[in-house]
Amino acid sequence: MSSILVFVESADGRIKKSSLEAIAFAHAMGGEVTAIAFGNEVSQDELSGLGNFGATKVLHINDEKLNQGVIQAYASGIAQAMEKIGADVLVLANSSLGNPVSARVAIKMDASLVSNVTELPSTDGGFSVKRSIYTGKAFANVELTKAKKILAIRKNAAEVKELGGSANVEVFSANFNDADFSAKITSTEKATGDILLPEAEIVVSGGRGLKGSENWGMIEELAKELGAATGCSKPVSDMGWRPHHEHVGQTGVKVSPQLYIAIGISGAIQHLAGVNSSKNIVVINKDPEAPFFKAADYGIVGDAFEVIPKLTEAIKAAK
Amino acid sequence: MKILVCITHVPDTTSRISFTDNDQKFDANGVQFIIGPYDDYALARAVELKEQAGGNITVLNVGGVETEPTIRKALAIGADEAIRVNAEPTDSLFVANEIAKVAKDGNYDLILMGRESIDFNGGMVHGMVGEILGIPSLSPVMTLEIEGDTAKIAREIEGGKEFIEVKMPFVAGCQEPIAEWKIPNMRGIMSARTKPLNVVEPSVNQSGTALQKFVMPPAKGAIKMVDADNVAELVTLLKNEAKVL
Ligand SMILES: Cc1cc2nc3c(=O)[nH]c(=O)nc-3n(C[C@H](O)[C@H](O)[C@H](O)COP(=O)(O)OP(=O)(O)OC[C@H]3O[C@@H](n4cnc5c(N)ncnc54)[C@H](O)[C@@H]3O)c2cc1C
Repeated sequence: MSSILVFVESADGRIKKSSLEAIAFAHAMGGEVTAIAFGNEVSQDELSGLGNFGATKVLHINDEKLNQGVIQAYASGIAQAMEKIGADVLVLANSSLGNPVSARVAIKMDASLVSNVTELPSTDGGFSVKRSIYTGKAFANVELTKAKKILAIRKNAAEVKELGGSANVEVFSANFNDADFSAKITSTEKATGDILLPEAEIVVSGGRGLKGSENWGMIEELAKELGAATGCSKPVSDMGWRPHHEHVGQTGVKVSPQLYIAIGISGAIQHLAGVNSSKNIVVINKDPEAPFFKAADYGIVGDAFEVIPKLTEAIKAAK
Repeated sequence: MKILVCITHVPDTTSRISFTDNDQKFDANGVQFIIGPYDDYALARAVELKEQAGGNITVLNVGGVETEPTIRKALAIGADEAIRVNAEPTDSLFVANEIAKVAKDGNYDLILMGRESIDFNGGMVHGMVGEILGIPSLSPVMTLEIEGDTAKIAREIEGGKEFIEVKMPFVAGCQEPIAEWKIPNMRGIMSARTKPLNVVEPSVNQSGTALQKFVMPPAKGAIKMVDADNVAELVTLLKNEAKVL
């Protein structure tokens, strides 16, 4: 049986949903699952609670200096944890922290690394995985040829199930050197309380068709009613109507929610590249010829300014 | 300041993707190749930094001879010289090892590249290069200012950004709005023809993965249209058919 280490990330003291998916993924692979967590902002209960999702043990580097995502230090800590438990596989969620950290761990551990993994590995005749490529326009099956393996998984690569049970939390003291902290995080600016776009199950996105930032109130209202995150097209963030981290597409955030609602977005191929792994796509556009309709599951031809308030009302009414 | 900018040679963002040779090979037939859009941001920022503080920009690509027009375009945009490592790259580890070798030999202050390529989207090369060289690696980088030997950086995180100070040398994976894409002018295009483009052979030749085959996504089903005067029907469909509400 293999030993699998899972790197878990937290936000506001809670383990991220994407990390729970990573644990579920590792558990479904079959093997002894150990999680590793950093910083002192996550409670013991939250950590032992990882047992409910398939981890048997949690290594906790509870150093305050690691409350922020210090890339090099995290990579050092993970590599040391892999050594300690004799892990042959590391699983983590693709994220702005997971990606740069896993790349460094791959070099430290001389491991094969594949990111954007979309399915559980196949182990008959070698160890191979399916990964998304060409920004969601295709997939590749690739074999990991080295003894140690790292899988950075995409959202929805595994289904989170509650299994009951609790994990043993163990304080793990890794050795760090000055170089691990040579890039200094001086401050962080973060929208709090909002649903994070990459993790959201429902996304309401607006494009240039909304005419200006002053019209986002109704997008936000609709999103609130749905418990959704808000997104936008590139020109919308370029013009400063919305913050950059909401920009969806080829050069922005790639989302894969259960439901993506696109309003006043034409559906340029670069925008579609960021949304094509959504389970369901709804398009609302006044132009029946808008290319986005070709990529959608449901469509409404109509003026956003009339349709959005009606839709918000209809959702309220259906509750 | 010596800057190394690593670029990919990738299909234009509007390309239709298909495969040949039993799904073993990308079908480049009729496909237009460009500098990776994220790499293009890195290059544009390098040109701005050079304009501010002087220095020299080397552009690097690991690839076959077919990438040379793309490399020339980077020279036209403002790089001073180019290196092509003559190899068919097999994965991010392969590319990272070759970049690290060139970087070590050239003693660069700053190594810039895109946050990810738009063909394989690995997003791993910058981190690997940083670790091989034993220097910091930061990605995705949204702003980059240099003051003396220190850089001030904003790195995007989910739902916001992180501000970082780091001493050179380091590696950065860039994305917008770090700079505006630059379009080569006539003078740039003319001078690019005579700028040095050195071809070197790969020296590490190591990969960690092997391609089995490419797979196309399943075709999308037909769209269901709902009348704008009957929005409630959409809610019913999302609830009972798509089961997402
Ligand atoms: C290299 C490269 C990378 C790119 N990356 C991205 C990316 O990551 N993400 C991205 O989004 N774009 C990207 N783009 C830009 C992309 O090509 C499009 O320009 C962009 O997506 C268009 O945004 P939009 O749909 O909001 O605007 P438009 O194309 O202007 O479309 C506006 C739409 O709104 C509709 N509309 C207008 N008024 C109303 C109304 N009252 N009610 C309903 N509908 C209305 C119109 O019919 C139209 O379809 C990239 C481009 C390049 C070259």
